[in-house]
Amino acid sequence: MAEKLPVNMVSTDLLRGNFPAAAEASQGPAAPPESPPGPARHISRRILSHALLLMASLLALVPFLWLLDTSFKTESSATQYPPTLIPAPFRWQNYVNLFSERQYHMLLWARNSLTIAVLVVLGTTISSAFVAYGFAKIRFRGRGVLFALMLSTMMIPFPVTMVSMFIIFKWLGDYTGIAWLGTFRPLWVPYWFGSAFSIFLLRQFFITIPDELSEAARIDGCSELGIFFRIVLPLARPALSVVALFAFLGVWNDFLGPLVYLQHSHQFTLALGLDAFQSQLGGSQWNLLMAASVLVILPVVILFFIAQRTFIEGIATTGIKG
Amino acid sequence: MIQWRNEIRQTAKGLAFLSPWLIGFAVFMALPIGLSLYLSFCDYPLLQPPVFVGLRNYHAMLHDSVFWESLRNTGYYALLTLPAGMIIAIGAALLLNSRVRGISIYRAIIFLPSLVPLVASSMVWLWLFNSRLGLINTVLRYLGVAHPPGWLTTTQWAMPSLAIMSFWGLGNTIVIYLAGLQDVPKELYEAAEIDGASPARQLWHVTLPGISPVIFFNLIMAIIGVVQNFTVPYVMTQGGPDRVTYLFTMYLYDNAFSFLHMGYASAMAWVELLMVLILTGVAFWSSRHWVHYQGK
Repeated sequence: MAEKLPVNMVSTDLLRGNFPAAAEASQGPAAPPESPPGPARHISRRILSHALLLMASLLALVPFLWLLDTSFKTESSATQYPPTLIPAPFRWQNYVNLFSERQYHMLLWARNSLTIAVLVVLGTTISSAFVAYGFAKIRFRGRGVLFALMLSTMMIPFPVTMVSMFIIFKWLGDYTGIAWLGTFRPLWVPYWFGSAFSIFLLRQFFITIPDELSEAARIDGCSELGIFFRIVLPLARPALSVVALFAFLGVWNDFLGPLVYLQHSHQFTLALGLDAFQSQLGGSQWNLLMAASVLVILPVVILFFIAQRTFIEGIATTGIKG
Repeated sequence: MIQWRNEIRQTAKGLAFLSPWLIGFAVFMALPIGLSLYLSFCDYPLLQPPVFVGLRNYHAMLHDSVFWESLRNTGYYALLTLPAGMIIAIGAALLLNSRVRGISIYRAIIFLPSLVPLVASSMVWLWLFNSRLGLINTVLRYLGVAHPPGWLTTTQWAMPSLAIMSFWGLGNTIVIYLAGLQDVPKELYEAAEIDGASPARQLWHVTLPGISPVIFFNLIMAIIGVVQNFTVPYVMTQGGPDRVTYLFTMYLYDNAFSFLHMGYASAMAWVELLMVLILTGVAFWSSRHWVHYQGK
C-alpha cells in the first residue's frame, strides 16, 4: 500500500548529494532534451532561454529589491508620490530603531522565535531519527502498516486538529496546574515525538546504509542503540542536516500555531510579532514595516546561501520517484 | 519456539524505536481527531462544559450562509491557483532545465522567494499591491494604464491578487518538477528525435507523461495547501473586502477562537478533514488514467 504513494519513491542518490541541479559543475548525465542540431538554431535558442530566465529572475527578485529599497527610506520618502527608486536620504536608522525602541519588542520576539526554533529543530531531528531507525532497520510484523499510517498522517492539515489540540492543552492546564496555553510548550513539545515527514526522509536514507555494517557490529556485541548511535547516525549526517533545516524553516514560517497558543505580545514569535507590528503601525511607516520584514526574512536567506545544496537536495527528494 | 520468541523480541525492539511516534500519533493526532468528532456533536462555548446536541452543528452548517460563502471562496481560490500554478511551475522548471551558462544562479534566484516566511511575504505584497504607492501600480501607470486596479481593496481583484502573490512562492514546487524532469530517461528523447517528433510533441508525449508522478505529487500537496490556506489572507485582507477572501479555515478559526463555538468549529474541522480525504481520494482514483510510472 505504501508503495503506491509517490512520496515513497525517492531516488536515494539524491540524498547522497548527486542532485544535478545543486551545482552547475555536477550536471552530469541529465542532458536536456531539446537543442536540435545546427549551430544557428542552437544559438538563437540559447538567447531565448537567457531572455526568459532573466525575465523570470527579475520577477522573482523585484519584490526583494522593493522591500530593501523601502526599508532604507525615511517615512516621508517612502510615502512620497510618485514613489522614488533610490532611497534618499539613505536611512540605516530604521533598523536601529526597531531594536532600540522598546515599544517594538523586536529583540524579544527574535529571542522567542530562536528559543522555540532550537527546541523544535533538536526535538524533530533526534526523535525522528530514532523512529526512522525502527522503520528502516528492524524487521517486525506490522511495520509496513504502521509506516503507511504514518505517511497518511502527512496529509492531515494542522487546522483539522488545532481546535481540539487547543482544548486538550487547556484541560491539561486546568487539571494538572501546569499551564500549556500561553506558554511555548504546545509549540515545541509535540515535535519531540517525531514528525512524519522527517521520519520518512530519514528512513529513506537509513535503508540505503548496508545491513552488513550493523550485522558486523551486532556480532561484535554492539546493542541496537549502540548501532544507532555509533554507526547509523554518523553516516546519516547529510540527511540529518536536511531534516534539521526543514524543521527550522517550518517553525520559522509557522504563524497559525503561535496565533492559537500564545496570548501575550511579549511571548510572540517574529512571525506573529510582524503581524502585530503591522496592525500597530496601522498602514503607516512602511519603511519600518519593511525593515522588520527584512529581519524576519534574513535568517532564512543567509541559511540558504550557506546550505544551498542541502536545500535543493532535500526538496527534490520529497517528490521524486527513483 | 525459539523462532517465535525471536519474533516477539524483534517486535518489541521495533516498537521501542517507534514509541515516540506511536505516543505522538495517539496524543497529537488520533486523540484530537476523535475528540473533535465527539465535540462536533456538542454545544461547547469553552467556558461551560460541552453539552451533547446530536447533529445540530451539522444541521446549522447547511443553513449557514457564511459557511457556504467561505467554501465557495476557497473553491474560487483553488480555481485561480491550481491550474495556473501548475502551468507556471512546469514552465519555469522546463526553463530551468535548459543547459545555459549561469543556470545554477537562475535556479537559486527563482527558488529564493519560496523561502520567505508567509507573514513576511504578506507584508511585502501588501506594499507592492498598495493602490497609490505600490510598485505594481506605479509601473502600470508608467506603462500608460490610467486607472490601475485597487488590488486588495476591491472585491473584484482581492482574490486574484492573492493568487498572483502565491505564484511568487512556487519555488519549492518548481524544484520538485525540475528534479522530475532530470529523471526522464534520455533514451526516450533520442527515440522521439529519430522519429522526427517536434519539440511540442516531445513535450506532450515524452516529458509530461515522464513527470506525471511528480505532477500528481505536487497536485496532492497543492490541494492540501489550498484547503488549509489561512495565513496570507488573514494577514493581508482579514477576509475582506466584503468577505470575498474569507476562506474556509479562516471561518473555522473564527468559530473556535473569536466566537468560542468549539462544537461548531470541531464540526468544521471534520468537514475539512473529509474535504482533504475526498479530494486526494479523487486525485488518487484519477491517477491511474494519467500517471505513468517508469519500469517497475
